[in-house]
Amino acid sequence: MSEKVLMKGNEALAEAAIQAGCRHYFGYPITPQTEVAAYMAKRMPKIGGTFLQAESEIADINMVYGVASTGYRVMTSSSSPGISLKSEGLSYMAGADLPALVVNVQRGGPGLGGIQPSQSDYFQATKGGGHGDYHMIVLAPSSVQEMADLTIKGFDLADKYRMTSMILADGTIGQMMEPVSITAPEKKEYDKSWTVTGTKMQRKHNIINSLFLDPDELERSNFARYEKYAKIEAEEAMAENYLMDDAEICVVAFGIAARVAKNAITEARRQGIKVGLVRPITLWPFPVNDLKAAAEKCHTFLSVELSMGQMIYDIRMATDCRRPVELCNRAGGIIPSPEEVYAKIIDIAKKGGNL
Amino acid sequence: MDFKRIVLLSGHYGSGKTNIAVNIAKELKKQHDRVVIADVDIVNPYFRAADSRKELEDAGIRLLCSEFASSNVDLPALPQDIYSITDDRSLSAVFDVGGDDRGALALGRWRDAIMQEDNYEMLLVINCYRPLTRNVPDTLEVMHEIEYAAGMRFTAIVNNSNLAGETTPETVLNSMQYAKDVSDATGLPVKMTTVFEHLYPSLEGKIENLFPLKLQDKII
Repeated sequence: MSEKVLMKGNEALAEAAIQAGCRHYFGYPITPQTEVAAYMAKRMPKIGGTFLQAESEIADINMVYGVASTGYRVMTSSSSPGISLKSEGLSYMAGADLPALVVNVQRGGPGLGGIQPSQSDYFQATKGGGHGDYHMIVLAPSSVQEMADLTIKGFDLADKYRMTSMILADGTIGQMMEPVSITAPEKKEYDKSWTVTGTKMQRKHNIINSLFLDPDELERSNFARYEKYAKIEAEEAMAENYLMDDAEICVVAFGIAARVAKNAITEARRQGIKVGLVRPITLWPFPVNDLKAAAEKCHTFLSVELSMGQMIYDIRMATDCRRPVELCNRAGGIIPSPEEVYAKIIDIAKKGGNL
Repeated sequence: MDFKRIVLLSGHYGSGKTNIAVNIAKELKKQHDRVVIADVDIVNPYFRAADSRKELEDAGIRLLCSEFASSNVDLPALPQDIYSITDDRSLSAVFDVGGDDRGALALGRWRDAIMQEDNYEMLLVINCYRPLTRNVPDTLEVMHEIEYAAGMRFTAIVNNSNLAGETTPETVLNSMQYAKDVSDATGLPVKMTTVFEHLYPSLEGKIENLFPLKLQDKII
């Protein structure tokens, strides 16, 4: 499917997963990500894959755990409340070092919330929604094409580091339609010596488990995992820098908020305001270096979020609180308008700031 | 372009039904006094005819839709007013049916009355740039699923092949063979080929039954 087709974000994500070699999907329907499951239900039987609608999100994440233990590419998808239900399984998978792709097409919360787009699961995704010390690689697509590209990237990173990758999208990116081209990625080889696929009586059996009876051993596993995390933080952070070369104000936004922010920045630039955007593509690892570089030349940061302000803390930490970080946000399923972001930029420009 | 009293639009989800429904309703308004559009999508709570509420009201077209459309309530509920379409034969009506077989299931409510009156057309909206209707066999599969769920057969095809903002005149021209192949395989005529209005001048005269589309407002 290398030529352009017109797809919803959710469909592009599902097709990209198939192109990446995923043949096992377990899920449970929830708006606004249901097209992922619907697409898989149609495609998987035709290509010898497995689509299974589980009895609940708790069941489906444990099915993911099972397939991940065999080293095959596997995924599940849901929206906010469903991810909360999966969180126990996500922690167990982290404890067992299992690679998988988990998709959250966010909706408004907390609780049952609503079905309109949101980014309020940022904390849950980047700080660990389940219990224990762990991280997931969190990728934030901002277009339908990126829904596809980051899905493929997510599978690769999951296999490379033996851990869960999460696509953190929102209802708009999941539902909107754009032309996209999806090509099967080059097949890479990963170490699968740890998988439970039968010993054929030729090796010691592998154990996939997150239970450690000896506290010293459990501590060692935690330290080892965090050495891996440090390597990922050093090597895998991704961000887009947009009009940042001469920027004095730095807008930070991901996903759909970044698209709104770009519209506002274009208008502000027309008015002669030196403003740019750092768009984190990986939310964990957070693109700390891009923000540190921005803090050298920007007097103020503006975090644009579809939440009450969650990423704003990571911006402050990344910049060691050297600059004020303001917030332009809407919550409950409402997207900030380009006009709202523009007004905030004008506000900041009028106030000015010191370097 | 002539239409029957009731125009039913159905097809694969994302094929462009809602946008075409709104445009046909506006076309009907030129010919008829009382035009209604019924948004009977029970599948997708996003991108609804209800999103064009203001535009429809301004055009004097009555919108009948779930009071929960485009809200936070994801309920497959439809208002009783929609029965006025089959009860009052002085109305001219467009049904915007939800995507795929699940969406078409809702048509069952009005099927008997619509078929008894027999003054309707049921249009299959197709787009060869959508991944699950790229070729004739896949398109027929979606079509048969919808007909089975609705208990009704399509009467014609609407070729809405496009790549959204990247659509060029060639994009549309290159889809004509596909539309003809679907037509040949089903025995259904291609009632119209739809194009974004800015492309209409460059395709006028090159394609039979060309129908210009004004796009619904986009936020992003």
